Amino acid sequence: MSTVESARSNGSANASLSNWEPVIGIECHVELKTVSKMFCGCPNEFGGEPNTKVCPVCLALPGALPVPNARAIEHMVRAGLAFGATIPPHSKFDRKNYFYPDMPKNYQISQYDMPLTVGGVVRYWLEDGSRGECRLTRIHLEEDTGKSTHASADGRLAGATSSLIDFNRAGVPLMECVGEPDIRSADEAVAFVETLARTFRELGVSDVKMEEGSLRCDANVSIRPRGETEYGTKAEIKHINSFRSLRRAIESEIRRQIDVVESGGRVIQETRGWDEAAGVTHSQRSKEEAHDYRYFPDPDLVPVDVTAEYVESVRATLVETPYERYARYVDSYGIDGKRATQLVDDHALAAWFDRAVEAASGKAQAVVAFVLGDLARLANESGAHVASGKVTPEAIAELVALTSSNAINSKAAKQVLETLWNEGGSAKAIVEREGLAQVSDRGAVAAIVEDVLSANPKVVADYKAGKTTVLGFLTGAVMKASRGKANPALAQELLKEKLQAG
Amino acid sequence: MNPVTGSAREIARAVNARTASAAEIAEVLIPHAERVDAQLNAYLELTPELMRAHAKRVEERVAAGESLPLAGVPVAIKDNMCLEGTHTTAGSKILNGFVAPYTATAVQRLLAAGALPVGKTNLDEFAMGSSGENSAYGLTRNPYDTDRVPGGSSAGSAAAVAGFEATISLGSDTGGSIREPAAFCNVVGFKPTYGRVSRYGLIAFASSLDQIGPFARTVEDAALTYDVIAGKDPLDATSVDRAVEPAADGLREDLRGVRIGIVTEFALDKLDPASRACYETAYADLERLGAELVEVSLPTAEYGLATYYLIAPAECSSNLARFDGVRYGLRADAPDVNEMYERTRAAGFGPEVKRRILIGTYALSSGYYDAYYLKAQKARTRIAEDFARAFERCDAIVSPAASSPAFRFNAKSDPVTMYLMDYYTIPGSLAGLPSLSVPCGAALPEDGTRPMPMGLQMTTPLFTERALLGYAHAYERATLHAEKIMPLTMDAESSMMLRTPTGNLA
Repeated sequence: MSTVESARSNGSANASLSNWEPVIGIECHVELKTVSKMFCGCPNEFGGEPNTKVCPVCLALPGALPVPNARAIEHMVRAGLAFGATIPPHSKFDRKNYFYPDMPKNYQISQYDMPLTVGGVVRYWLEDGSRGECRLTRIHLEEDTGKSTHASADGRLAGATSSLIDFNRAGVPLMECVGEPDIRSADEAVAFVETLARTFRELGVSDVKMEEGSLRCDANVSIRPRGETEYGTKAEIKHINSFRSLRRAIESEIRRQIDVVESGGRVIQETRGWDEAAGVTHSQRSKEEAHDYRYFPDPDLVPVDVTAEYVESVRATLVETPYERYARYVDSYGIDGKRATQLVDDHALAAWFDRAVEAASGKAQAVVAFVLGDLARLANESGAHVASGKVTPEAIAELVALTSSNAINSKAAKQVLETLWNEGGSAKAIVEREGLAQVSDRGAVAAIVEDVLSANPKVVADYKAGKTTVLGFLTGAVMKASRGKANPALAQELLKEKLQAG
Repeated sequence: MNPVTGSAREIARAVNARTASAAEIAEVLIPHAERVDAQLNAYLELTPELMRAHAKRVEERVAAGESLPLAGVPVAIKDNMCLEGTHTTAGSKILNGFVAPYTATAVQRLLAAGALPVGKTNLDEFAMGSSGENSAYGLTRNPYDTDRVPGGSSAGSAAAVAGFEATISLGSDTGGSIREPAAFCNVVGFKPTYGRVSRYGLIAFASSLDQIGPFARTVEDAALTYDVIAGKDPLDATSVDRAVEPAADGLREDLRGVRIGIVTEFALDKLDPASRACYETAYADLERLGAELVEVSLPTAEYGLATYYLIAPAECSSNLARFDGVRYGLRADAPDVNEMYERTRAAGFGPEVKRRILIGTYALSSGYYDAYYLKAQKARTRIAEDFARAFERCDAIVSPAASSPAFRFNAKSDPVTMYLMDYYTIPGSLAGLPSLSVPCGAALPEDGTRPMPMGLQMTTPLFTERALLGYAHAYERATLHAEKIMPLTMDAESSMMLRTPTGNLA
């Protein structure tokens, strides 16, 4: 699509968007982080030589049987609890039957009507600082498929002359998070999925590496006239594997549906694919062609009973979620949303930051200024991480105390921080050792001011002639003469006093 | 001790005592099995080299001081169980040429206990059938009349033990596939409680019903085999973690104080007169041994067949989806993958398998699930409840093991007539109960000239295998029916061998 077309299309959509409300429901597939696969002992690791992480079970050899991975079930319970879901006491696995070459059994072990977690709410925030929430229908556990590589020109199975299948991924535990249609824009959808991803990382249930395909989304999109309460007919966009694609695919689909309806057409229920290169969705399968998956309880597996004691033992290990952390930073600490997000997205840094805030008796804004300012710059320059550097949270707290009590000025603070970064130790000790304590003694600073004024008679004359901007030069001269230690505010105050008096 | 006719108990005792060597047993058994199998086709594949290798290993272990419960005992394995390095086809063309890269747990346990693998036995394709006629690799013959079927689906495992081609064998029973052929072939066939024996490595037909169990010529040998293969397996989530009470030692000799249930709905007047006489005698013998006969009712048993023929095909339709030509087995040439699936499965599966896949696919389809599959599951629960109620009044239930003696080949071309052979075995399968068939005499078939073996089915409550085997043992020792008739398949040389001084059938 050319820029011109793109702009025009956007323009018309923007005009129409005021008349139409998009309704979006997201389903996310997330690979769980476990040592072994969902139903066998093969390593759950990304990549490797094709078909090296396989066994009779995940290759569906004759006679092989699945045995559920207890850690995967624990991850599910943890993920559900983090969003306030209900963990039903009884759950089970079902078979979803359909033929596909990279699915070895030609059925997927999944959960149909008794998922491991039910309900819950995902609270999320957007880049602009606004917040929203989306209810979860359920989170259920299933297994991933292998990966096919098709040797045809158009990349589709139909025209392929041959296909290669790597089963290393087959049987990797996968959780499917099904969201309610509570989302109203592509930005909200992205924020929702970002929050899921952040939370799963924080909980340790998934690495959520989108580049490795460990998070994939389907988006159910419909539109309805603003003010309408009934849902419109939805289209499901399948297999979206990046945040950028998610935003673009939803925006494009909303535009398409508005165009269809406004030109007198009707949206049909169907499955659509996202074409990244063309920037459009395309029809894949209509409702009439939909699979009958013939779900039934997997007779190779016994029902999963989750006791209340077990749920409580998992609940006891829950940590603050990224959303809770974000809200604490913004609401309690008064940190702006962008910086709060920066911290939340770096778990180690946020943990380090929290310790520093605690040591600094809650002076979070002063701490964050250092942490995301000079300290982040120093870390960045040396390619290291703040949390693994020599600067301790306690040293930052000292530094905050020293600056807020005017014991050192900001220039000295920079110098102390640099020394801390290189050598570690205590901020106070560095200030003492380097003699960086700010001079706020009126008499001492006044003496320096006198010296500076008498050494610069021409500048003094300029000032008196009305060129008050030279005050900056004179302040700088005082600071220089004090080797940076004079309290700059005091220096300026005394300079003005003397100049006006004289 | 005769390596061909000896019992597993005798062979193991001799090998452990080093009065016989496992290698000698293998060398006697192998040529005998080859000769007899030319008539029976019980085996799809004999594995003499593997047998010799295991014999060597057994000797080393015995020499090192180990005592193995099945030391040197020749065992035949139904070809729906994986044994590493052997062809494993489940009697289907779709697995033609497939070599198992791993060994089923039950088989592994037998080998670890010192058993020697004679070979892989023929079966109705994917264990679907009651006659042994459904194999893609030819039919197996009944050693007592080679014009008749050995029963199925564990046709070869029953025939091999009956024909002295192995001392014991493993079969699998989904709706009667161990008990019916055992009855037809004059051997003991035992299906333990569902979940007692690991299914890992057993090619699934209907996962919620399939259960591995032994064939043997004596109840004691069946018990000995059961003791080795039973128990929790971490590789089978449906195997039950419950202590196994060893059954082979101290099997009871009488039935005093035992209440035996005769099922009202299984009245013997449905049978031909000769069969009926056989079972009437059997029930009288039980009473003579001290049992109290009580009449019990299984009012829902008549729905067993219909229930079974929804649940088993439903599960099979899904279990057999993996045979698609993508990873192993047969693959038909085709322009695209969907066409490849269709051609492969059309060429690879036999008619009975296709019939059941179609029935099962239909039963699970959207709109029919509740009416068929779900309803069948409810009926299954009711049948299990009927048994539980009946067992409040008795310790074991007895009935015929099959609807008739072994029939002639091609006698039952109508599928439903064939399905009716399992009328008596299916209800117990649906309830997951331990059940066995023990020889109870011979009856002249209406179209025959020679009496054919008959089997008495005994069924007991869940996890009461030891009690069940004890009742069967008492009956067997008191009646000795199995020893009263001989297979016809013995050539002169084999017959000579049977007349050795230590042969218990001389």
